[in-house]
Amino acid sequence: MTGAAPSTNVRPEPLLSVRGLAKAFPSSRTLLWGGTRREVRAVSDVSFDLAAGETLALVGESGSGKSTTARLVLRLLAPDRGEVRFDGRDWLSLPLSALNRARRDVGVVFQDPGSSLNPRMNVETIVGEPLAIHRIGSSAERRERVLALLDAVGLPPQAAKRRPGEFSGGQRQRIAIARALATEPKLVVLDEPVSALDVSIRAQVLNLLLELQETTPSRPAYLFIGHDLGVVKHLADRTAVMYLGRIVEEGPTRDVLGSPRHPYTALLLASRPGLARRGDPDASLRRKVAGEPASPGSPPPGCPFHPRCPRGRRLPGRFVRTLGSSLEKRAGGSPVTTLSPPPGETFPPYSRNGLAWIHLARRTS
Amino acid sequence: MSRAPSDASSGAPLLSVRSLAVAFGDTRVVDGVSFDVARGEVVALVGESGSGKTVTGLSLLDLVPEPGRRVAGEIVFEGRNVDALPERDLRRLRGGGIGFVFQEPGAALDPVRTIGSELIAVLRRHRGLSRAEARAEALSWLSRVALPDPEARMGDLPHRMSGGMRQRAMVALALAGGPALLVADEPTTALDVTIQAQILELLLRLRDELGLAVLLVTHDLGIVAEVADRALVMYAGEIVEEASVERLLGAPEHPYTKALLASSPDAAEGAERAKLPAIGGAVPEPGAWPRGCRFAPRCPSAFDRCTVEHPATITRPGGRVACFLAGEERS
Ligand SMILES: Nc1ncnc2c1ncn2[C@@H]1O[C@H](COP(=O)(O)OP(=O)(O)OP(=O)(O)O)[C@@H](O)[C@H]1O
Ligand SMILES: Nc1ncnc2c1ncn2[C@@H]1O[C@H](COP(=O)(O)OP(=O)(O)OP(=O)(O)O)[C@@H](O)[C@H]1O
Ligand code: SF4
Ligand code: SF4
Ligand SMILES: [Mg+2]
Ligand SMILES: [Mg+2]
Repeated sequence: MTGAAPSTNVRPEPLLSVRGLAKAFPSSRTLLWGGTRREVRAVSDVSFDLAAGETLALVGESGSGKSTTARLVLRLLAPDRGEVRFDGRDWLSLPLSALNRARRDVGVVFQDPGSSLNPRMNVETIVGEPLAIHRIGSSAERRERVLALLDAVGLPPQAAKRRPGEFSGGQRQRIAIARALATEPKLVVLDEPVSALDVSIRAQVLNLLLELQETTPSRPAYLFIGHDLGVVKHLADRTAVMYLGRIVEEGPTRDVLGSPRHPYTALLLASRPGLARRGDPDASLRRKVAGEPASPGSPPPGCPFHPRCPRGRRLPGRFVRTLGSSLEKRAGGSPVTTLSPPPGETFPPYSRNGLAWIHLARRTS
Repeated sequence: MSRAPSDASSGAPLLSVRSLAVAFGDTRVVDGVSFDVARGEVVALVGESGSGKTVTGLSLLDLVPEPGRRVAGEIVFEGRNVDALPERDLRRLRGGGIGFVFQEPGAALDPVRTIGSELIAVLRRHRGLSRAEARAEALSWLSRVALPDPEARMGDLPHRMSGGMRQRAMVALALAGGPALLVADEPTTALDVTIQAQILELLLRLRDELGLAVLLVTHDLGIVAEVADRALVMYAGEIVEEASVERLLGAPEHPYTKALLASSPDAAEGAERAKLPAIGGAVPEPGAWPRGCRFAPRCPSAFDRCTVEHPATITRPGGRVACFLAGEERS
């Protein structure tokens, strides 16, 4: 157990601090298809902290806004609202020249390695590019570092001279990881970095990430986006669960995955493919309980999860908001504080400091 | 409840691949691969990254990118040798008889075409529907793959969708042509487990109702356990083990399969931030395959003979394995 200080401790200023991030995209020309024009609220209200040397996993429904959150944090997209502080600075108002210099402290692996690597460059250039841009080392040193990085992700030296198109999906994913780690960044954003890897190579890459965090002086922090809860459990100190543009539960991984509080988290855990056989009732149950995925184009009123919630559905009409000190604490957690929803909206109270959204029905039923 | 594996009790298989070899230039990356897929059967293809799974799938319809080409072997689909088909029939087979879910939907989808128009084009070409029929059918496919707000999504370009949405769009495209065989290359990697479950449910339903056969490339052994009837394990360009899923997961024989199972992480057990067991060493590069058993440099059970002689494949009913040890246990 390294990493996360328990949330009761006083923390130093986190490396990355995100508050109230929001981003909506205008809907496409739906008029063409006879639809109505509206916006897609990809990220509605996202807040979290990430300390140096810590790993926060962002999990959640496909389309819930994980990649968009990552792109906002990376300043590849401008948010409609919200604050991002990184390394003691207001990251969103950093002038371009300072931003470009600071980018060496941030590494990123994009979700789709096939389309994010320049097909015309060879691997050596791709992996060494961040070093070249930031003028780190002589060209001989850079070359040596590239070979060391390739080796660390399980690629042979011959790979350096080939182009991305000449590799398998998993090999391309590893090229992207090597590039992200090149400058020894303080923060690495990893969007589904191991999804195309078989279990053995995946283990190797995850072990590498853990090892870097423990042994490099810069103690990189990871913002890790992933669907595989087994991987999350092994890697992340804390886990945040997203649903329809919001974090609906957050806390130490052990608690979130061990005793989930939010019904969506519970659903995710229950839906995990196990080594149960097809005829097994568990396996068919998993495929039945899922329910309709949420639509960020037309989010339901009230709690966004209520149309699928086994508890919420039993409540008559809109659920009532009752907040207060009577809310149960997580063992060892700090007192629950609440956040009021934006005007005109009702959603379950959110607790800060690494605790969960506490959904109402649990209290009222 | 499980289906009969490859012991050809029920006539000719839907797909039959014999001694397939694919090379980029002079370097073979797939070498001597043979397998069958029957109608209504889900066959999983698993194996280490770079072992040749994608290339095997692509070569079924000559889709391997240049300079790659099939240098040996025979592919028979619905009783006809693919090489003997005129170009017109081959085109009809792509997306019609055989549907493909490509591994990287971001790269496979046309960036300047909306998903609606792609689907409509497939439905008109392969199913002969009118524009209006095709549009209605396209919408229904988008909802069947659990894409929310299908009306609005019809007009979306790929870059406006999340990674998982692109993947679901890709699945819809592959199924819309009404294929008899779906080659699905890591079709659910970008999906959370609940949506993944819905996609798998959809495939199983099509299997049960229409006899869809699926060649499922995946590294997720949980998925293999749940939906596959039979599994093929690839290592360094060849198939090293084939067995029913029960047998493969319960009593794997090849040391590589055993190692693969041992390094599977599971959220239910194991400590946080613990090191995962990995197979030591790396897959040999194509062109640098060892002379003997290709797994020998990493195999915990390797002995003298393994480094000099390539193990022959031992066939038994419903399966096979290419390892000297398996042979000895048997005899
Ligand atoms: N265009 C190409 N030129 C040269 N070599 C290639 C090309 N495409 C693939 N290869 C090589 O062929 C081998 C097999 O690749 P393939 O994509 O089939 O692997 P895979 O089993 O699908 O792996 P993954 O699980 O990582 O997707 C790899 O070693 C890869 O480097
Ligand atoms: N450039 C864009 N233009 C329009 N809409 C977008 C754009 N990028 C994302 N979206 C929309 O924002 C929503 C959230 O997408 P995002 O990629 O953040 O999801 P995600 O949680 O990463 O999902 P996945 O797990 O499938 O990758 C989706 O509805 C998506 O269609
Ligand atoms: S607030 Fe109600 S509907 Fe929402 S997750 Fe909690 S119990 Fe379910
Ligand atoms: S043949 Fe030898 S090296 Fe190859 S898998 Fe069997 S025991 Fe290991
Ligand atoms: Mg994403
Ligand atoms: Mg592949």
